[in-house]
Amino acid sequence: MKELVMILIGASLINNVVLSQFMGICAFLGTSKQLKSSVGMGLAVVFVMFFASLVTYPVYILLGRIDAQYLKTVAFILVIALFVQLAEMAIKRFIPPLYKSLGVYLPLITTNCAVLGAAITNVDKKYTLAQSLVNSLGTGLGFTLALVLFAGVRIRLETSDIPETFKGVPATLVAAAIVSLSFMGFAGIV
Amino acid sequence: MSIIEPIIFFSALGLGAGVLLAAASKIFYVKTDERVEKISAALPGINCGACGFSGCEGYASAVVNEGAALNLCKTGGAEAAAAISEVMGVDAGESVPEKAVVRCKGDCEAATVKYDFEGVKSCAAAEIFYSGFKKCTSGCLGLGDCIKVCPQGAISIKGGIAVVDERKCVGCGICVRECPNGLIAVRPVTNKVDYNCMSKDSAKNTLAACKNGCIGCRQCERVCPEHAVKVENNHAEVDYMLCTSCGKCAGVCKRRVISVR
Repeated sequence: MKELVMILIGASLINNVVLSQFMGICAFLGTSKQLKSSVGMGLAVVFVMFFASLVTYPVYILLGRIDAQYLKTVAFILVIALFVQLAEMAIKRFIPPLYKSLGVYLPLITTNCAVLGAAITNVDKKYTLAQSLVNSLGTGLGFTLALVLFAGVRIRLETSDIPETFKGVPATLVAAAIVSLSFMGFAGIV
Repeated sequence: MSIIEPIIFFSALGLGAGVLLAAASKIFYVKTDERVEKISAALPGINCGACGFSGCEGYASAVVNEGAALNLCKTGGAEAAAAISEVMGVDAGESVPEKAVVRCKGDCEAATVKYDFEGVKSCAAAEIFYSGFKKCTSGCLGLGDCIKVCPQGAISIKGGIAVVDERKCVGCGICVRECPNGLIAVRPVTNKVDYNCMSKDSAKNTLAACKNGCIGCRQCERVCPEHAVKVENNHAEVDYMLCTSCGKCAGVCKRRVISVR
């Protein structure tokens, strides 16, 4: 149990997927403009990560049976794509405004390396099923946390007086770097 | 190591995923009226919200399901109204295109400045601070809050005041809500006369604050053959329903408040 908590904290804060491992930057920058859509995006990623790792675990064991672990990337992407499609349908059905505000970034979760990264981490570290689930949950929550925090930062950026050359993407990237620096403070907790 | 097993494995995985998705698409099926899709396609798709519904798709579904009027799309104008009426099989009614106008001529030359403003570059922020940095409390501050929200990029700052480019403006009216001084009005293109001052200050104060401010002299009210102009609170206002755009008022205005397009 203690180990699971450690994995959860490690995945969400210390090795934060966006701010420490620099995965999923595309969606991070794309959907953090508004607080609302960033929460929606984060929860969609949590959903996809959780269920993808639930399925990739037996898939990887089966791949091991037929001695084809080298195909894990292809298999994992297939599983992730499946859950992205499911998430997209569910959001379109139940929360249409969120579907509109996420736009192209929702199907792009398929190629969000953070999701694949979580699945690959699970097999690389030889996690058990419970550990895998906790790890992907932590990674997803870390992603949501990074998005929500950064959405707050960007709202401040909107009203600040930025030099003309830095307006837009440059200022956003600099701000992302500073937020990322602050997460370095978690290093060494566990 | 055989190639057969991975092929079988991936086929099975793909088939399983396919079956699951097919089932899910039945469960999560969103029932859409095909008329909604047709109307959505006919609308401009910029989601300006001027119709009062949440975006173009929202308006399309409101037309079909809630019986909303067919000529509410200001951006699409008569063209969109005709397309919608074709889909719905009902006459659309008349739709006059509208354009936004910034009702202030107090540019850098004309207006007197009260203090140097060095805060956040936003009209709303400047307005909080002693009603803006211009001596005239109702003038355009030219910091571009309207520019930020304009979906068409039709507004620019010229000589310190916001100016609408009529060729780009679609009359959606988003900027109207944004201006802290309520200077922007949306009026039909058929009306050629604009009254470009919103100041309700006394004549003495307006004279001191701006060269182009309305002082309520009532020349325009007197000369108007249609009695469309009313001066109240030192401020002239035209009734677009009565105005015939004859332009006589612009001829008598000594303060360059009235412009004819």
